[in-house]
Amino acid sequence: MTDPKEKVPANAKISVRDLTMAYGSFVVMRDLNFDILEKDIFIIMGGSGCGKSTLLRHLIGLREPAKGRILYEGEDFTATDPSQRGHFIRRFGVMYQSGALWSSLTLAENIAMPIEENTGLNAKGVRDLVSYKLSLVGLSGYEDYYPSDISGGMNKRAGIARAMALDPDILLLDEPGAGLDPLSSRRLDDLILRLRDSLGSTVVIVTHELASIFAIANNSIFLDTATRTQGANGNPSELRDHSGNPAVRRFLRRGEGENAASSRSSHE
Amino acid sequence: MPPTQTRSPCARWRQDGGEVVLELSGDWQRDGPRVEIEGDAPDRAPDRYDTADLRTFDSTLPAFILSHLRSAGKSSAAGGDEKEQASMAGLPPNLIGLMELALAVPEESEAGAKSGSTSELKKLGKFSLRVWASIVSVLEFTGLSVMALVRFVTGRARFRSRDFWVVVQESGAQALPIVTLISFLIGMIMAFVGEAQLASFGASIYMADLVGIAMVREMGVVMTAIIMSGRTGAAFAAHLGSMKANEEIDALKTFGFDPFDFLVLPRLIALILMMPLLTIYANVVGIIGGLLVGAAIGIPPILYWNQTLLAVDLTNASLGVFKSIFFGAAIAMSGCIQGMHAGNSSAAVGEATTRAVVASITAVIVIDSAFAAIFTVIGI
Repeated sequence: MTDPKEKVPANAKISVRDLTMAYGSFVVMRDLNFDILEKDIFIIMGGSGCGKSTLLRHLIGLREPAKGRILYEGEDFTATDPSQRGHFIRRFGVMYQSGALWSSLTLAENIAMPIEENTGLNAKGVRDLVSYKLSLVGLSGYEDYYPSDISGGMNKRAGIARAMALDPDILLLDEPGAGLDPLSSRRLDDLILRLRDSLGSTVVIVTHELASIFAIANNSIFLDTATRTQGANGNPSELRDHSGNPAVRRFLRRGEGENAASSRSSHE
Repeated sequence: MPPTQTRSPCARWRQDGGEVVLELSGDWQRDGPRVEIEGDAPDRAPDRYDTADLRTFDSTLPAFILSHLRSAGKSSAAGGDEKEQASMAGLPPNLIGLMELALAVPEESEAGAKSGSTSELKKLGKFSLRVWASIVSVLEFTGLSVMALVRFVTGRARFRSRDFWVVVQESGAQALPIVTLISFLIGMIMAFVGEAQLASFGASIYMADLVGIAMVREMGVVMTAIIMSGRTGAAFAAHLGSMKANEEIDALKTFGFDPFDFLVLPRLIALILMMPLLTIYANVVGIIGGLLVGAAIGIPPILYWNQTLLAVDLTNASLGVFKSIFFGAAIAMSGCIQGMHAGNSSAAVGEATTRAVVASITAVIVIDSAFAAIFTVIGI
């Protein structure tokens, strides 16, 4: 295999090369190397506090890497001046952990704002587009509600609708399933799969919910807290069964394999 | 696809042997030309779509179809509520997927009815109810505050004394710079204005009386109260409001802490204690400001000082300090009441802060007028 640091696959949407993330002198993760390919549902996973959300914030340019590069379709994002990143930023839509809808605006206004600012659509066009986006996430009819009037799960779905406002090729979702009941979480997984299939978007998800991971992901990266580097990169189901890294296998089996082994040894 | 080849999007309705056909063509792009609609849109969903000439499309196309299906659905639902699945025949497969997803959850009709028409009379009624509710809540809050103070005096109130000292520091010592600046300037302004009038009578020395009495009776305490409304009252409202939004107040309740004792009482007591001290300080600084102006126009400082002492007796001096206790209580309560009653969003915290500042300044001026009337009647 050729050196992954140099080659960027033709269908890579996002490529990360030698990325080191740090807060001041505190290194969160070092030497991350992975590619997110077109139409991937790519999971960023790892234990709590390992830097999953920090990695997401690096991908969308809210934080600058301490070292390394992030490429969007081979184009260097990190080398671009933050004020010149407009054409990158329009390519991705982000849903933040708690939705982060603007609380002084209604759901419709939340979704309409990016559309109005970035396109030349007339008022009816914007309205139709907004109610379509809300329908996609199952919230049609809630146009005039404020984020504080609806439940947390609805806030998350509205957050996804807002992330999709400008038809991005890449959707980045920060813990979409957290705090949802199993059925809602399952419906959200279905929604993500169907959106990927119909829109052809690439989806990057930060999560540690194993059920979702195995249900929807086809590629992933595991951030290892102990070594502060990337523990594994690949399809989560394969990693669970065949990963060379015991920390990854343990994580993906909820520590069950390890528990069985240790209880057996204590009986002996 | 090069932009020169972009064709404007077009939706054409036609009848084809009893079937309604929607013919979609061109490039449906957000930034492209407007959609041309040909033919009259019928009040029903199309039986089939013709997309032979459809080229590229983004969300604007499904949004257009959905908007038609919804309005057609509304007019047909009036006749009967049989739910027939709209036909998707003829649409490209990925578009069918999106339309199915969009139509999977029916429109929340109750949700849509939220912004109904409201008559002026209804608005007036709602407004009066709101005013009445706010009067009741202010009275209730005042009662609760008094009860909490009684609990405090009898030693049955529970709060952390560290919180209290932090509030004392924030609303006392940390307010000194701004109180100094404002009182000093107010003292100087009054001295300048008084001197301009008194000099024509050759009575410049009486500016000491003017500055002294005005500072200790009114200006010192009112200016301090207005500074504290904007500074501390707003901070109380914002702090308690965001605690409310983050469910921190609910967390206090579940641990059996009375949020009133825990949050309102330390702030109330701190301001009741700090306002008189800040007022005395402001009075002194204001008089020094006047003294400097006097020195600048040739009144010896010692003369000015003695004249001030003659003019300002203990009764005068204590009036402002006495009022400041009530102002402190009013500011703390306005801030806390708005914070505790704030809504659950960041916008609501902003509104609560605004209302707190307006309410506390209003309360200060109203209480001051009441005292002015009372002092006039009893002749001090």
